[in-house]
Amino acid sequence: MSVIIFAETRDQQYKKSTLEAVSYGKEVAQKTGGKVIAVSMGGASDAASLGNYGADEVITLHGAEFATFSPEVYASAFAEVCKTHGGKTIIISNTYSGKSISGRVAVLLQGALATNVVDYPDTTSGFRVKRGVFSGKAFAYVDMQSDVKVIAITPNSVEIKTHGTSASVSAHQPTGLPTSATKIESTQTVSGKIPLTEAEIVVSAGRGMKGPENWNMVEDLATALGAATACSKPVSDMHWRPHSEHVGQTGITIKPNLYIAIGISGAIQHLAGVSSSKVIVVVNKDAEAPFFKAADYGIVGDAFEVLPKLIQAAKASATS
Amino acid sequence: MKVLVCMSVVPDTTTKITFTNSDTSFNTQGVQFIMNPYDELALTKALDIADPAGGSVTILHVGPADAEPAIRKALSMGATEAVRINAAPTDAQFVAEQIAAYAKDKGFDFILTGRESIDYNGGAVCGLLGAMLNLPSINVITQLGVSGQTATIERDIDGGREIVSCPLPFVASAQKDLCEPRIPNMRGIMAARTKPLQIIEPVSGANHVNYSKFELPQPKQGVRMISAENPEELLHLLRNEAKVI
Repeated sequence: MSVIIFAETRDQQYKKSTLEAVSYGKEVAQKTGGKVIAVSMGGASDAASLGNYGADEVITLHGAEFATFSPEVYASAFAEVCKTHGGKTIIISNTYSGKSISGRVAVLLQGALATNVVDYPDTTSGFRVKRGVFSGKAFAYVDMQSDVKVIAITPNSVEIKTHGTSASVSAHQPTGLPTSATKIESTQTVSGKIPLTEAEIVVSAGRGMKGPENWNMVEDLATALGAATACSKPVSDMHWRPHSEHVGQTGITIKPNLYIAIGISGAIQHLAGVSSSKVIVVVNKDAEAPFFKAADYGIVGDAFEVLPKLIQAAKASATS
Repeated sequence: MKVLVCMSVVPDTTTKITFTNSDTSFNTQGVQFIMNPYDELALTKALDIADPAGGSVTILHVGPADAEPAIRKALSMGATEAVRINAAPTDAQFVAEQIAAYAKDKGFDFILTGRESIDYNGGAVCGLLGAMLNLPSINVITQLGVSGQTATIERDIDGGREIVSCPLPFVASAQKDLCEPRIPNMRGIMAARTKPLQIIEPVSGANHVNYSKFELPQPKQGVRMISAENPEELLHLLRNEAKVI
């Protein structure tokens, strides 16, 4: 039996969420026993490096089928490796790619599926995971009752641990894969920008910014802090910002280390999406804004006065 | 053209979440239930495509009878017929098994779900259904057009967007931006009263997971206020006290 991790890459580099998934897998293997095997598709520049995060073995899959991401092909190939290597606990990051395959993998392996998992499992009796529910308003403890368990962990949920070791790497060229029915016509990625769900720092703004033309200040602060930008629902509804930046109950749920909310009052739906952030800073001119109750640090002040000072301080702090 | 849209019924977004029975079940007391917002988008898009083609849209829900007002709303938005599978929706895998058992021999041209339900946030049904029915599954779609036997789909990917083409049939999940949800008009509401709502009994499914307990997040310790004149102090605290920058 073994713990098997779906190792995602971006531009041939392992994503931070993959390093978290491998660290998670190592932690599970220490409880349940078994090898930690990472499965890497579509090419990675340094597969052996996953050993440092706890992988004993890295299996790289090669072939024209993996040139572009297809949920059917990736899930089939990954499930096949899991079967061959006696995978009992399967770890996938709960990213868009991960979400595309986790359900398919669970069906192919006839395993139990838990997505949106935010902590290590409790294996004292059975196998219990903690997952986010009600869009961040609560957590549920779920007993996974099948022999094979497919766990999709939310990015930024666990710490990356290093072990100073290297993994053995073996390459495989799988055969008998399904042909992908879907064909990718074009891909548009925002390069050099941190995806919101994986960002450690997020600067978010709401209607208090008065209009999309003022977002340069939000972006300046984000750049100074190495942060991703986000927004509230009204802002995305008014098309000031793209919907992909909308955090909240009907947008994206995030859990960065630091969430800075500017000009957002803190409606219950918004809080749901961000309350798992480790540290929350709220800047609002209304001292009665409900968001202050959910914050760690607060500044009462007008965004247009506070932001320039904050940007300056952040720039100074970055160089000090 | 035959389209299937799967819907869940969820607490209204303003709901304050609490639990009962020693935190083992969700407290539904005083909670207003609504059609899952992403499923409204799925249904609207399905109608936008099926209506001009003279097709039909079936709305499917797995759950007990108290979901029927929300199902009627879906019918008033324009769905042709509704099916309710009479079972408590214990988890995503159970729900997907029920949907797959219903859909497998119905010849749907495509199946839409919401990106996730806003209560259990699994986001799993689309992929589960795809594998169970052996169909392509495309998550978090923001555009959908069908021409002949091919669909052109825009979907969110990590850090961007992608346009894919896919032959019918397929399963896809609706993301915000797909469309604006349709608001039922009076005629739709009247018509919904007499539209067929079929109730069928569940097939037996595997019990892969069990929800044993719920928990609310730890409340914050209280906010520390910083003068608007002195944002340097905030940066200092974030660096040295909270250690997050």
